[in-house]
Amino acid sequence: MYVGCVTGTVVATVKHEAFTGHKLLIVTRLDGDGRLTGQYDICVDVVQAGVGDRVLVMDEGNGARQILKRRTAPVRAVIVGIVDAVTLGQV
Amino acid sequence: MQLAQVKGTVVATVKYEGLQGIKLLLVQPLDQEQQPVGDLVVAADATAQAAPEQLVFIVGSREAAQALPETFVPVDHAIVGLVDDVALAEEA
Repeated sequence: MYVGCVTGTVVATVKHEAFTGHKLLIVTRLDGDGRLTGQYDICVDVVQAGVGDRVLVMDEGNGARQILKRRTAPVRAVIVGIVDAVTLGQV
Repeated sequence: MQLAQVKGTVVATVKYEGLQGIKLLLVQPLDQEQQPVGDLVVAADATAQAAPEQLVFIVGSREAAQALPETFVPVDHAIVGLVDDVALAEEA
């Protein structure tokens, strides 16, 4: 999983049925200091995140299928949380 | 899942079983600004509707095969949607 920032939205009418009814958001990965990196994923959103939110992304197929409650689904990246705070260095 | 643009077609008569009838397309992965990143990849078209130069989104690794009618096939990239629109937030 990684922490990212929602930087955009994707609209697709023709798509695999597993995506039906789910919002697609572009999430850019953040580095340890909270800065945007160049890496991004198109993610399925199941927590009603919005553009500008810092989010928790799971990029793994098994977990994605579990969330979508499907035995097969061509889905990997899913936004599974909205991040309130990240602290580095003090545990 | 990443943005990509359809660049060409791949025709292969002899294919692993389960891949018959699956359209193979050459796609260029794109960054958020729709600029090319990395090399072209061959992706199976799960929508069966992708057109030349079309903006699509692809899924990689094991999940790619799950987009196809036969889900246990040797495929590592699949086109799973045709993109109508990408809206990027203003740079913060």
